[in-house]
Amino acid sequence: MNKNLYNYILGIADNSLILGQRLGELCGHGPSLETDIACTNMSLDLLGQVRSYYQYAAKIAGDGRTEDDIAMLRKEHEYFNVLLVEQPNTDFGYTIARQFLFDVYHFLMLTELEKSTDLNLSAIAKKAIKEASYHKRFSSDWIKRLGDGTDESHERIQAAINDLWTYTDELFHQTEADKAMVEEGVGVDVTKLKDAYYEEVKTVLETATIEVPESKYFQKGGKQGIHTEHMGYLLADLQYMQRTYPNMEW
Amino acid sequence: MTTTEQHIDPKLVKILESISDPEIPVLSIMDMGVVRSAVVENGVVQVKITPTYSGCPAMDVIGDDIKAALKTAGYESDVELILHPAWTTDWITERGRKALEKYGIAAPLEAEADKDVLLHGKQLVKCPQCGSKNTRMISQFGSTACKAQFQCNDCQEPFDYFKCLK
Repeated sequence: MNKNLYNYILGIADNSLILGQRLGELCGHGPSLETDIACTNMSLDLLGQVRSYYQYAAKIAGDGRTEDDIAMLRKEHEYFNVLLVEQPNTDFGYTIARQFLFDVYHFLMLTELEKSTDLNLSAIAKKAIKEASYHKRFSSDWIKRLGDGTDESHERIQAAINDLWTYTDELFHQTEADKAMVEEGVGVDVTKLKDAYYEEVKTVLETATIEVPESKYFQKGGKQGIHTEHMGYLLADLQYMQRTYPNMEW
Repeated sequence: MTTTEQHIDPKLVKILESISDPEIPVLSIMDMGVVRSAVVENGVVQVKITPTYSGCPAMDVIGDDIKAALKTAGYESDVELILHPAWTTDWITERGRKALEKYGIAAPLEAEADKDVLLHGKQLVKCPQCGSKNTRMISQFGSTACKAQFQCNDCQEPFDYFKCLK
């Protein structure tokens, strides 16, 4: 099997899986019916994308593993998502800040992935990019509404942006699989997305009267499978059914 | 398949038209444009379907329904999910658009108009109940991934708007 391609796909897919799980936690718990539905809609889009990625990864693995095995039966250090997406839904400000900081990246990344020489990845990206652009529209709007809203909403969204900022730099770190796949024309060179990312993020934050954090201290590790303390709890939730009743199906 | 053309064996059209979208029962999967090809190869019908949205939970059901309907008509079949070319609301047929309106879902506008509506609050979406364009968006996301929530300012009825996807 092409280990680099396999790991590369997981790197992309795990971001969507873990963020999808976080958004799914809001089902029935959103701050209003409309936002509850919006978050679970986005979760559904992300999980849909994940299925396409994992099905492809399972084919590459070629050892009988299924998309469900890949999603449900790995251990914490075998997930390669960035730390940003595993951060909890502390309040709606955090949910939106996390979404926005990811959406801007996601859209840029998919725009490049669409040009991949790998036709499977290109097709998935082509489909996903329409969804990601809609997510970005939603989260950017809410960034502005919260930032430019009441004192309370402004304070909370500012706090969330300040806290989550430390996880943004990792989006642009390359793994070994990344480097190998970029060389083959399959993968996206994420280092090249960085300037466009921060420019777009800053423009929206400024419109929202949110101060752009200046901290240069960034966290990393997710892409190597080293996660924050939140990940274990998230996986316990995600994997509970498969761990308790192995091989169960709907 | 690399073109946006549909390849449907004429003798299969009626069978496929009898299958409805599980989430919008007034719409057949053919009017929805999700069936991209259906041809008989060595006695087995090879069907290719494409999802409206990546996570559309209806796809599994649609696949099963296709197999069941073809079986009843005496055909064995394989259903394959394809992602390329990506589905667009342009593939909803004229008959499908009318069925949507009748069912109470506003049909998708053209891409530019859709943007004006969803981003700039322009009043272009027609209320499927009373026909007024004095409507407003309540939420960008609706009861399914493909729809947004609207309300009519005249008759006050809330309704779904089928978002344009291109």
